[in-house]
Amino acid sequence: MSFAAAVFYVLALLAVVSALGMVLNVRNTIAGAMSLVVTMIALAGIYVVLDAHLVAVLQIMVYAGAILVLFLFVVMLLNLRSDEFSPSRSRLVKLAGVALGVWALGSFLALLPGALPKVVEIPADFGSYRQVGLSLYRTYDVAFEVTSFILLAAIVGAVVLAKRRLS
Amino acid sequence: MPIDVIIKVLFIILVCVAAFAPVITWVERKQSAVMQDRIGANRANIGGLTILGLFHPVADVLKLIGKEDFVPDGANRFLHALAPILAAIPAIIAFAVIPYGATYQFPGFEPTTLVGADLDWGLLYIFAIGSLATYGSVLAGWASNNNWSMLGSLRASAQMISYEVTMGLSVVGVFMVFQTLKLTDMAVAQDATFRLFGFLETFGVVQNLPGWLSWLQVPFWGVFVQPLGFVMFLTCIMAENKRPPFDLPEGESEIVAGYLVEYSGMRFGLFYMSEFIEVVVIAALLATVFFGGWSIPYLSKDSIIGGLTPMMGATLATALCMIAHVATFLLKVVILIWLQMQIRWTLPRFRYDQVMDLCWKIILPLSLVNIFVTGALILLVQGAK
Repeated sequence: MSFAAAVFYVLALLAVVSALGMVLNVRNTIAGAMSLVVTMIALAGIYVVLDAHLVAVLQIMVYAGAILVLFLFVVMLLNLRSDEFSPSRSRLVKLAGVALGVWALGSFLALLPGALPKVVEIPADFGSYRQVGLSLYRTYDVAFEVTSFILLAAIVGAVVLAKRRLS
Repeated sequence: MPIDVIIKVLFIILVCVAAFAPVITWVERKQSAVMQDRIGANRANIGGLTILGLFHPVADVLKLIGKEDFVPDGANRFLHALAPILAAIPAIIAFAVIPYGATYQFPGFEPTTLVGADLDWGLLYIFAIGSLATYGSVLAGWASNNNWSMLGSLRASAQMISYEVTMGLSVVGVFMVFQTLKLTDMAVAQDATFRLFGFLETFGVVQNLPGWLSWLQVPFWGVFVQPLGFVMFLTCIMAENKRPPFDLPEGESEIVAGYLVEYSGMRFGLFYMSEFIEVVVIAALLATVFFGGWSIPYLSKDSIIGGLTPMMGATLATALCMIAHVATFLLKVVILIWLQMQIRWTLPRFRYDQVMDLCWKIILPLSLVNIFVTGALILLVQGAK
């Protein structure tokens, strides 16, 4: 097993375990949010192994560094303590959840052998910020601009909602 | 692991973290004393020897280690212990990408670059690491189970998230001018000079510059090509560090010591030290991005090595050049640390709304204007050539 493969398996294990930690930490929301941070950092590590360096940095900057801090912020503001969560969820919901999980895992395993792409040689500057920038502004420029409009709409919406509560 | 990597890591840890950070605590006390017409720390001694109070950092650390390591009732013990570590680690590992010397080719050896990790996206790495530093203060406040701590950490996280945005935008102009995110390349690009009035010739205002104007040369440093970017970046990164005048997460009369209320002993010491390590990181980063890193103004690396080689041979010339470059870098770091101390002891504290207004209503629009103007100028210069 090569060094890169070993790093990948360690990070993948960390990502899965911390993702499970996020889902299973129902009582302790802060622990759940922190598990998600670990998941994001492990994913960034996997991106580095895959030579997608810019995506890895953005993963840490945007998800681990900004969005999840905001999650934590909100969770802390609500200051939910463990006793505020009722332990009893209806048995039907739990059963449905298990069934859905089994179905998703089964279809994933069924699709897996055919879906794995062949290993290809990647160009030397693959994943560099130059390459990502060029494809963003040349190949996908329309999609890029449309995305910025969607974000603008979200910002305006947030401002409108905040103003309404003020007045 | 190759021996040169170990030497580089040792240099970073020993010089930047272990030597600079404790001495800065002494510098801060001495400088504030000088500015306030006091004598300052001068009591700690070993057998009557005080050497200007330089034993005070040692005494401070011994005192902190000896104090009770207190964890309040109802605190989350795990996160309470984790928070200081999360605050200190980003500050230390940010050094990995900062070059403290150029690439040197000793005869008979592979060329070596004096940097921990020569990443293509070095500056982005620093922003990514800096954005993780928020967790230390956020978790410290929550895990302490104290309302003052909580309010302090809310203030800290709001301030840090806001200034991360503007900090990133304020250096985009530098990326555009140097056409790179790699800190080593940025330092190499700054190891040159440009004619201060050369733009008159580029834009065809005059055909040939008169001799004395042509002689007026300036180092091609970030601070000269992006002066507004420098001021904004310095402001943002000082606000990120949460030291005065941006120390809003603390407030004696409002929320006591903010998220540090429930920390004592070495856990508090770790928060305290990480702030000082960040001062060194900030100085090193500013030196690299805006003040030419290791480069000596008006003496490019090639001219130093080329000029010394006939006299003393290539190996000795390269070695001397390397020592001069590392010394220049450390000197710039020391000057920029002094600048931060000067700002910290000169300006009064901001009010919280002023800090937020400065970020979102002044620096953010200004940095966008800076990006636009820089881009337009670069296009104009490229068109004129």
